[in-house]
Amino acid sequence: MSIEVRHLSKTFGRFAALCDVSLHIPDGELVALLGPSGSGKTTLLRLIAGLEAPDATDGAAVLFHDENVAGRPVRERRVGFVFQHYALFRHMTVFENVAFGLRVKPRSERPSRAEIRERVLTLLRLVQLDGMAQRYPSQLSGGQRQRVALARALAVEPRVLLLDEPFGALDAKVRQELRQWLRRLHDELHVTSVFVTHDQEEALEVADRVVVMNEGRVVQVGTPEEVFHHPADEFVMEFLGSVNVFHGRVEAGKAILGPLTLDYARGVGAKSAPARAFVRPHELEVDDHANGRPCFAAVVQHVNAAGPRVKLTLTADAGESLQAEVSLERYREMRLSPGMVVYVSPRDLRLFVDGEQKVVG
Amino acid sequence: MQNEECRMQNAKSGEWQVMRIALKQHSVLPGFGVSLGYTMTYLSLVVLVPLAALFARSASAGWGRFWAAICDPRVVASYRLTFGAALLAALINAVFGLIIAWSLVRYRFPGRRILDALVDLPFALPTAVSGIALTAIYAQGGWLGRWLEPLGIKVAFTPLGVLVALTFIGLPFVVRTVQPALEDLEKEMEEAAASLGAGRWQTLRRVILPALFPALLTGFSLALARAIGEYGSVIFIAGNMPMKSEITSLLIITKLEQYDYAGAAAIAVVMLLASFGLLFGVNALQWWVNRRQRVGA
Repeated sequence: MSIEVRHLSKTFGRFAALCDVSLHIPDGELVALLGPSGSGKTTLLRLIAGLEAPDATDGAAVLFHDENVAGRPVRERRVGFVFQHYALFRHMTVFENVAFGLRVKPRSERPSRAEIRERVLTLLRLVQLDGMAQRYPSQLSGGQRQRVALARALAVEPRVLLLDEPFGALDAKVRQELRQWLRRLHDELHVTSVFVTHDQEEALEVADRVVVMNEGRVVQVGTPEEVFHHPADEFVMEFLGSVNVFHGRVEAGKAILGPLTLDYARGVGAKSAPARAFVRPHELEVDDHANGRPCFAAVVQHVNAAGPRVKLTLTADAGESLQAEVSLERYREMRLSPGMVVYVSPRDLRLFVDGEQKVVG
Repeated sequence: MQNEECRMQNAKSGEWQVMRIALKQHSVLPGFGVSLGYTMTYLSLVVLVPLAALFARSASAGWGRFWAAICDPRVVASYRLTFGAALLAALINAVFGLIIAWSLVRYRFPGRRILDALVDLPFALPTAVSGIALTAIYAQGGWLGRWLEPLGIKVAFTPLGVLVALTFIGLPFVVRTVQPALEDLEKEMEEAAASLGAGRWQTLRRVILPALFPALLTGFSLALARAIGEYGSVIFIAGNMPMKSEITSLLIITKLEQYDYAGAAAIAVVMLLASFGLLFGVNALQWWVNRRQRVGA
């Protein structure tokens, strides 16, 4: 079931949580709403679910497969909603929690007791919690509780599955396992799913498509690869992983960025303008001698060799701090240690002039 | 292992060691012995010794007189009134206290804080004052009594008056125990129920009320305990007519005034055992509910 939202706005008092957001989510996709806190991602999710009503603006609509559900309350929308803090019914067993959605159906639609039992046990097997049916939520770990919440949401055969920071309250290892498991589960069920996260790694790893949000607006929509390698603007660039920023200007076909001067292919002869360049740590080439390419000198401040890639903290002449990464072999070859002078050149960079990305070549 | 060593060194001190380890959880705070000793002494002096004296006193009269004292029809009628009205009052409070707590927690309206403070009034008011106030209002010609009279409802000086007084003094217990539980109730649980297709009524019945039940039960039992023991506010409005509107506490006082200490003690023992039994029952129920519904983090 595809989801489409049109011109949704939401204000809480004076705070505009969401400003005129439109978005299309194709059938069967797993989509991440990614953004910092306060970016409106949870608000958007709650608007889709119907837990919150959008501001009454012209053309505001929420469509599930071309059917406008904006006026319908949440219980008529048939959405599965999973909360960050599970929101399990703590006075019910796991079994009763999962069965809840079936038991509250009107008598004419309610499955028989045997069918409910069958369905609940099947779901518990699906979320790998068979044998836990008679436990109470307080007897489960965080990861198990979230899986119960997921089974409970799936029990009513929702048209769409909405997850609000589903792994936010879990510790790192469980988080990692659970998100891969969610991905596999989605591949089995193919129910259109939207999950909210502020963790870019989580979004990039799990989702088919990432919706990056900031200050109540959608900034970019794309596959993880697209948003990571072709960020729409400086915000996306900075938000998705660590990045080095160089401040400078463009002038007569050249980009002058502190110690670096690069050819700037497009817009030759354009007038001088301030510019910012973004380079990810792995795109910085670190060498122990100047190799002819445009480069600048920097001093190694700190070396973190715990991991497949060695992370370096460098200080350039101008005093700015840089993050760089080299492979373990290069690190051993160059015998990097704090205090050493190295030569740094960007292998790749993204230049933004007036907030617009320009190609450097 | 350490226990064993101790036991080998000295049988007596070894046993002491075992006991201490069993009782005491290791704590950075010193003074386990002192505080436990204090607790025991204090409880004995304040609670256990007087109760024991009560039993001793009632036993001194002999079985026949004891039985006669507690089975007197007038006394039996007073049991019925006391426990019946107390139970009914606690039930009324459980229902309306829940509604009051609900409106205080869930809605924001002008005057909410004042209303919130008013709930404590029955706590704070000397019971005699509430008794006189209630009597004045419900007596013939009183503010409310004047309107109830033509309808054939007499409150003051009837068992109904007892019920009114007991309801009045028990109200804060339910409100004050349910309120925090209601505040702790996650809004998300209701949202989850709604997203699963439950209507408001189903959510209330299947999700909210069961979650509030332990708190409600506590409030109920507190209100009940208070109502059984209530004296001051009741005697004014009850009228104290034998066989009709006499509460048991009043009978005990009456016996004391007639220097019938053994008779007073006998009735007191019945009251004590009955309240103990009731509270024990409620506590057992509470324990059973809590065991099923442990509040998980």
